Amino acid sequence: MSNVVIDVKGLGKAYQLGQFSTGTLANDVKRWWALSRGKEDPFLKIGEANDRSKKGDSDIVWSLKDISFDIKQGDSVGIIGRNGAGKSTLLKVLSHVTSPTTGVVKVKGRIASLLEVGTGFHPELTGRENIFLNGAILGMSKLEIKSKFDEIVDFSGVERYIDTPVKRYSSGMYVRLAFAVAAHLESEILIVDEVLAVGDAEFQKKCLGKMGHISKGEGRTVLFVSHNMSAVTNLCTQGIVLRNGQMEFNGSIQGAMQSYLQQFSESQTQVNYTPETGPGNESARLLMAKVSGAKKKDVLRINESLLLEFELAVNKQFSGECLDITYHLVDELGNLVFVATTDSHIDCKGKFKTAASCVIPPNLMNTGIYNISRLLLVRNKGQVLTEFNDIIQFELVEQEKQELGWRGQKEGIVKPDLKWVIS
Amino acid sequence: MESNTRYWDSIIKPRSSLFDLQLMDVWRYRDLLLMFVKRDFISLYKQTILGPLWFLIQPIFTMTVYVIIFGGFARIPTEGVPAPLFYLLGILTWSYFLDCLNKTSNVFRENQSIFGKVYFPRLIMPLSIVLSSLVRFGIQLFLFLLVFIYFWSTGSDIGPNSYILIFPIFILCTACLGMGLGMIVSAMTTKYRDIAYLVAFGSQLLMYATPVVYPLSFVPEKYKPIIAANPMTQVIEGVRFGLLGKGHFELMNLLYLGVISVLVLLIGILTFKQVEKTFVDTI
Repeated sequence: MSNVVIDVKGLGKAYQLGQFSTGTLANDVKRWWALSRGKEDPFLKIGEANDRSKKGDSDIVWSLKDISFDIKQGDSVGIIGRNGAGKSTLLKVLSHVTSPTTGVVKVKGRIASLLEVGTGFHPELTGRENIFLNGAILGMSKLEIKSKFDEIVDFSGVERYIDTPVKRYSSGMYVRLAFAVAAHLESEILIVDEVLAVGDAEFQKKCLGKMGHISKGEGRTVLFVSHNMSAVTNLCTQGIVLRNGQMEFNGSIQGAMQSYLQQFSESQTQVNYTPETGPGNESARLLMAKVSGAKKKDVLRINESLLLEFELAVNKQFSGECLDITYHLVDELGNLVFVATTDSHIDCKGKFKTAASCVIPPNLMNTGIYNISRLLLVRNKGQVLTEFNDIIQFELVEQEKQELGWRGQKEGIVKPDLKWVIS
Repeated sequence: MESNTRYWDSIIKPRSSLFDLQLMDVWRYRDLLLMFVKRDFISLYKQTILGPLWFLIQPIFTMTVYVIIFGGFARIPTEGVPAPLFYLLGILTWSYFLDCLNKTSNVFRENQSIFGKVYFPRLIMPLSIVLSSLVRFGIQLFLFLLVFIYFWSTGSDIGPNSYILIFPIFILCTACLGMGLGMIVSAMTTKYRDIAYLVAFGSQLLMYATPVVYPLSFVPEKYKPIIAANPMTQVIEGVRFGLLGKGHFELMNLLYLGVISVLVLLIGILTFKQVEKTFVDTI
């Protein structure tokens, strides 16, 4: 194995939560005292896994723990995981921005990381000056930038504005120019963090094309983090799945995708909380959320209607104002299926408990795993009072009597029941 | 597997040895250093009419105020040097030091958005600050030259001596002191910011412990050793001696200044290197 370019062993990264003030000073002194006598850091022993939704006992969390893998020359690796799984922390450690708490990373070749587009852009400088500045920050020499200057300007498509200060640019132009610089880096390893979620569709396509060219055409090693699953599957051959700071899967991208989707398939069709401990804030707390099928409560079929129920405890008085409940339904790839809002306003006199339910009609969505990604309590049609994330998940399965035609993988988000006439 | 370390280009570990300064890395990024200097220079006076002239207006005003207050009201002697010339040289040298110190001590906080996203040798930033300030200082020296020529041609008893040749060494020492102290402060303030506030006003007061508005010979004998121990005293006295031929300076003083400057710079770099790896987590 002579072509390993990144070798990660036992990587861990601990973070301290909360505010830094007089209270944390005593702990710092204790740590320093233990470390200076050559002992183990006393605070890392009590660290716990990083689960942002649960309340922990310790102020130290492990954003990454015991991560070991290696990446070979020319691999394109997708790093996937839910929010807070440690993806960005891993990229930060790999790109040398912060040091790990434990473990070793060995790298062969020059790494260029793109954790953000336009790092170091100065608003007062012109586009031309910023290309040189940004290129230098990313590790290019002046000569390299000069030789690629025309290519960069061409790729960005902002030639007309190249001698105008970038503060006069539209945000789209700004991002185009920034990505253009980064795309022309000549490093052996390229690390990219969700930067493609910018620009218009045409430019996103261009970026993905360029990324594909870098990994497949030029044979360079690419590490790519994104929530856009179709982009990840298209670009990457290998995948690493992170969950709460630990590595859950490392292998082919198809296997990684399956492992990632399984995190969602642990369906949670009902949650119950007490008014004190429920998620939320001082305005409102979630008491109950539930999805059930029309015939059998626990089997949800695509040709039967679904009943969604929510129960909230509203802890503030909003007399004379209107409150709405809104939710976002997404599929397992994170695609938004629809957004629904209560059609009549909630009566809000004094503190109260409110229950809302709605029926999702049959023959609407295809099979798959769905998630209520956001549930919002909205005041006066604009102000979000409380937001609950990822509250329930459920799986929609095929109807009992199978229809004719394709029976393989899911195709399409919606699956309407269409009446055909064949003559 | 490749266990030999030669195979790998870089190894990322929790802690590295104290004296691993990676100065080669800094050299590799020299283009970036120049870009930062250029950026600082261009961006500072964009959308102003007078542009770089502001570099000169500031010391002229300060000089005028000092001439009125310290020379006119307080009647502090200037060792036979015309008061404007005396104050101007002190102000320019001192503000170069202050600039290096203040800007370097905020380097982590000011640049956390860049440092948090991209790796480049962090030492580039303090170096670019020192160089940007040096450019400014160089422009201001022209102003000094004009004032000097004016007084010289009108027959004032001033004139440079051979110490003018080591003028660059004095400036180098000033840069080392400012950058070194600044880096120590910046390293101490990534987690708790208290010291930053102390330095912000402390450095203003420090000017009075340095012979900027008075000559060293004006200090009572009792306090002279204290004032002379301040390395910036040696810089300002030495510069005055070399350029104006007034004041007091010996080679022993230069030795003292050189040792202190190198020491401060070294401690600064070492503390800076210790902090730069993880400061993004705590700042």
